[in-house]
Order: sequence, then structure tokens, then C-alpha cells
Amino acid sequence: MTPLLELTGVSLHFGGLRAIGDLDLCVEEGEIVSLIGPNGAGKTTVFNLITGVYDPEAGDIRLAGRSLVGVPAHKRTRLGVARTFQTLRLFLNMSVEENVMAATFCHTRARVWQSVLRTPFQRREEREVQTLADQKLAFFGDRLAGYRRGQPAYSLSYANRRRLEIARATAANPRLLLLDEPAAGMNPVETHEITELIGRLRTEGGYTILVIEHDMHVVEGISDRVVALDHGVKIAEGSFESVATNPRVVEAYLGLRAAEEEA
Amino acid sequence: MTEPTGPRIGADEWVARQEERLKDSGLSRFGERLGKRITPPMRFGLLVVGLAIFGIATSDQYYQRVGFNTLYYAALALGLNVVVGWAGLLDLGYVAFFGLGAYAYAFLDSPQYGLHWPTLATMALACLGCAVVGVLVSLPSRRLFGDYLAIITLFFGQIFYNLVGNLNATNGPNGLTNLDPLGFFGLHINTVRQYYYVALVVFVGVVVVLWLVNQSRTGRAWRSMREDSMAAQLLGMPVNWLKLLAFAFGAGVAGLTGTVFAALEVNIFPSNFYLDVLITLYAIVILGGAGSMAGVMLGAFTIIVGLELLSTPDNARLLFYGGIALGLVLWLRPLRWIPIVVGGTIALGFVVNAIATAVWASGTKPTSFGGQSQTMSSWVVELTDPTKAGAYGYAILIGAVLGMTLLKGWMRKVALIPVLYLAAFVWENELVLNPSVTALIILGALLVALMIVRPAGLLGKARVEIV
Repeated sequence: MTPLLELTGVSLHFGGLRAIGDLDLCVEEGEIVSLIGPNGAGKTTVFNLITGVYDPEAGDIRLAGRSLVGVPAHKRTRLGVARTFQTLRLFLNMSVEENVMAATFCHTRARVWQSVLRTPFQRREEREVQTLADQKLAFFGDRLAGYRRGQPAYSLSYANRRRLEIARATAANPRLLLLDEPAAGMNPVETHEITELIGRLRTEGGYTILVIEHDMHVVEGISDRVVALDHGVKIAEGSFESVATNPRVVEAYLGLRAAEEEA
Repeated sequence: MTEPTGPRIGADEWVARQEERLKDSGLSRFGERLGKRITPPMRFGLLVVGLAIFGIATSDQYYQRVGFNTLYYAALALGLNVVVGWAGLLDLGYVAFFGLGAYAYAFLDSPQYGLHWPTLATMALACLGCAVVGVLVSLPSRRLFGDYLAIITLFFGQIFYNLVGNLNATNGPNGLTNLDPLGFFGLHINTVRQYYYVALVVFVGVVVVLWLVNQSRTGRAWRSMREDSMAAQLLGMPVNWLKLLAFAFGAGVAGLTGTVFAALEVNIFPSNFYLDVLITLYAIVILGGAGSMAGVMLGAFTIIVGLELLSTPDNARLLFYGGIALGLVLWLRPLRWIPIVVGGTIALGFVVNAIATAVWASGTKPTSFGGQSQTMSSWVVELTDPTKAGAYGYAILIGAVLGMTLLKGWMRKVALIPVLYLAAFVWENELVLNPSVTALIILGALLVALMIVRPAGLLGKARVEIV
């Protein structure tokens, strides 16, 4: 069976800097795979390559067997990839609900003239969008419910903004969900909550998830598989235990001397 | 909301109970609840009824014309608001589409080429044609944002102005004359009142269409693009196409409005479509609040009616002194300084005027009893030949205002007294005599003041970039 996401021999340079070198990565349908590595290792660049911010210089990126190379970013979402952003890129001056509704654009079909005429098709679709937004926000319990739905996104707390980012990404009805540091900046309780939430995203939402995360408790709690990157190259892959104890991973995080001392 | 059990981390309970608090009945909440009961479409309906009654109620052609101007400027500004307020694109070539619509009408309904198309056909063609041209123009600039897009569109606006000003087909600067009146199904629109109603219909049409588009997936995508075009693109919104669509809507509205404008004006010239119109439109959108339809309508009313009021000296004088008085009441603190400054200025005026008329009787107007106002003329020095002194006074006034900002505390308040008197002197000797220039200066000053007090515009929501 073809994997849902498959990167083969992907390379990308920024000027003289090798951002990604000959990367192979594969995510099976229904899996949760974690991408770890020190700062600047190229994790977010991998996301940018998958979502179409950049196109790779070499190699191929396939989603369910179909190559994404050269496909414009907005069409990739239609094909089933949606992401969150490490630096939070919400539509700050739109309401919480509208943020989620906006992301349904890629799978709604009403043309402009249909919106002007308010045709039955358009009205039905608009009701569906509303229901979908309700569903996606309800996924987060009362965190994004009630009065918060009508409030502008900038009024949300940091943790709730992260939740809204996830809600917005799921509203695009993706098959593959890319989460860029979902637990960054959260307190231990919230981090625990996010860990459970990612698990629920798979079991209840049915998404396949590729996640970048620095918090090793989260990585341990959610991952079927862990891939470690350093300087744009994959240095380890496997179960959490095997990757976390891999000397090259320890070296990448802590430096050579520390790695030797640990050994 | 259900009462949460146990402590919840990360949720502010006081904030979470806002809904319950809002349910508080009482008189203070009554107005708020009434405001919520009357939905935006209902408010707009009331506005349209009011405007329709205005057309019947007034028999003065001048008022009807001001009403017409307000309506077509409101429609134009709403079109610009699609591009600037919703899609967040800086379009400085917008007036070209307005001109294109007007010239389309002039070509198709005038003796110039002997064509006399039915009005509705011309309107449809101007609207759709301008939308298509809008797409074509924005095609090369579809990857641009911000300043770069502004330059390209400014360039397009200038090309249009230069083309119609120089082509033989458009009669160059002499413009096209004797355009047909509008006609619908054999009914000819001749009076200003009828044009007012045509403009009202166009205005209502524009508002309804734009409101429906804004309340759809396209409107949401436009706003998303304005907020963060990269995130919008990565979440599946075709940003380039959305930009073209925004330009097309703006251009279509401008083209449609242009036909009505051209028909009422009868003769159109390239100078009707120059930068001053663009600046007025931006003033309307910014003053009213970019992105808010109600705000843009209010902005059009304020600017167009305001400019008209300022163009007659008596009204302008009232606004000028009234504005100064209001400013003093709002900003002069502690309050006991208000009588000191006002009294000081009045005393200073009588003293200076008495000395000036006594010393230089030949150059000043005597304290007249038949002039505009008796007290006024015995207070402000009025020169018989005000041109030069007025201009110098104006320059000194600007210097004095700037200098005043350097002073602190009580010295600034004391300095206010001669500055106010100088302002009155300049006003009476220079500005009142040139109402058209003065109107713009006053308007500019109002805009600056408003932008300091309320950067988001009258009804605009303050936009938050990062919190």
C-alpha cells in the first residue's frame, strides 16, 4: 500500500546553506509521526516543502502516490494537507468562528454569483460550513465555545490561539495534519491536554499526523514513530526509546562532549 | 454556560461568565438590546427610507445635487472599500475605472459618434467591462502587495488621465459634451431629483451586492488574505485569484457609478477623474473606517456634506470658531484655564484692534456697523488689502503653532492666547476669502485630528496586529 506521505531524496538550499539534504520520510495512513531536532535543524522547512512554500531542488514529495512538486500551495490543501504555524498566523482581526469558517474555502464550491443571488446551493453550503465550524470548535470542549466564538481571535490567550490554529487546520478537511510545535508556550497541564488532544485527533478525527515538537513528554506520549533531524539530514528514525537514546541524537542536542560523558 | 466543576486552568472565570452578566435586564441594557434587535439590514432599510423621503421633501435643486453627490461618492467609496478595506490592497488607480465608466457612457450615448444605446445596456457594459479591465490591469500586479502594488496602480491611473487628455477620440482636454440623459424604458431622466433617485437605486444595488458577497466564503477569504495572505494561501485560498476578484468588484462598481455621473454632468473632462477625486475617496474610506460599510457611508456623508458646508463663508466661520471652542473645552486642562485663555484672547483682540485702527487707519477697515458682524469687526483687525498680510500671517501662524509645541506647562497656555488671535486674524483676512482652498485645509486638519484620536476611523474597528 502506498504511504499517505512520502518524501524521497528531497533537497533544498538557501544560498550556500543546505537546509534539507537528501531527506527520505514516510508517513503511513493513520500514523502519528514526530519530527524532532535542535533549533535550525530544518523541521519547519520540511513542513514548508510539504505545504508548498518552497519547492524542493531535488527529490519528490508524494501525497497518496500523487506528486505535490510544482502544485501551488492552495491546491495542496485541497488535496488533503493542512498545517498549523509555529509562530501562530491566525487571522487576528476576524472572529474565532470566522477563522474556522474561512478555512473551509478549499472544499466549498459556491461561485461569487451564487453568493450574490443566494442560490439554494449556496445557502445549503453555507449551512454546512456553519455546522462544520460548530463541530471543529466543539472538539476543543468549552475552550473555544460559548461567547468566545464571536470574539476576535486576538482576544484569545496564547494557548487558545494554538487550539484555534488546530481547529482552523482541521476545518480544511485534510487527510494529513501538520502540527508545528503545538505545545510551545503551554504550561504543564495544558501540555498534557494537548497530548491527549492529538491522540483524539487521530482516533476521533481520523487524521494522519506529522508533528514537530520539542517537549519530549509530548513526543513520548503521542508518537508511533520519531524522526530526528540535524542540519537538514535525518540522523535517526524509529520508536521514541530508540531515537531518544541514539548517540547521534544526544550529540545533536547536547554537543559531542556531553554525548561522550553520557556514554 | 454551564457552571464548570472544579478549578479550570487557563480559563478566566470572570470573562467566561460574560454572557450571564449580559443577560442583566434593566434600563441601561435596554438600548443595547434594542441595538441588537435591529439588524444591519434593517438599519440599512431605515436609511434608504430616509433617503427616499429626503428626495421628495426637498424641492431645492442644490440640496438634491448635494444628495446626488453624496450617494455617488458613497457608492464609489464602497467599491474602493472592497479593494482597500476587505482585501487589504492599496489601489491608487481606482479613479481610472470611474473615468472609464463615464467615458464608456460618453462614447455610447452622445452625438460624438452618433451612438445612442439604451441606458441599461450601457450601464451593464460599463460595469462588466470595467470589471474585466480591472482583472487585466491587476494581472501583471497579482503577485504584488503593499507599496509595489500602490505604485503600479498609481501608474495605471496616470496613464488613463494622460490618455483621455491627449487622444483625439476623447477630444483631449476639451472632453466630451452633450451626453444623452439617462433613459429607462422610454422614460427620460431630466431633473436633478430624478437623478438623485437613480443614484439612490445604484447605491442600494451596490450595497446589497457587496453585502451579500462579503457575507459569503469569498468575503471571508478576502478578509483572511488581508490578515495574513501567506496563511490564507497555505490554508487553501487562491490568493492571486482573490486579488483579481477584489479588483474586478471595485472596478465594476466604479464603472457603473461613472455612467450615472457622466449623464448628470452632461459634459465630461479628463479633470473630472484626477487625483483629487482619489484623495477624496480615500479620505472617505479612512475617515469612515476601512472595512466597515456603515463607516464608509458615514464617511461619504461627512466629507461631501462637510465640504459643501465649508464652501460658504458664514457656515465655514461657524465651523471654524465652533471647532476652536470645542477643542479648548476638550483639551484645555485644568478647566480654570478656559476662561483665562478665552478672556485673554478677547481682551487682546479689542486692544490690538483699537491700537491698529488708531495707528494705521488707512490700512485697516474701520470698526464698521454695516459689516458682517459688529462685534467681530471691532475685535479682529481687518485689512483693506488683505492679500499680502494674510499670507504672511498664515506663515507666521504655522510657525507659531509649531513653536508652541516646544513650550511646556503654563507657558504653552499663555502662548495659546496670541496664537488664537493670530488664527482669527488669518481666518478673517485670508482663509474666508478663498473658501475652496480653506475647505480643504480645514478638512485636512479635521482628518489629522481624527486620525490621532481615532485611528481606525469613525466606525472602523481598531485592527490589532500583534498582542
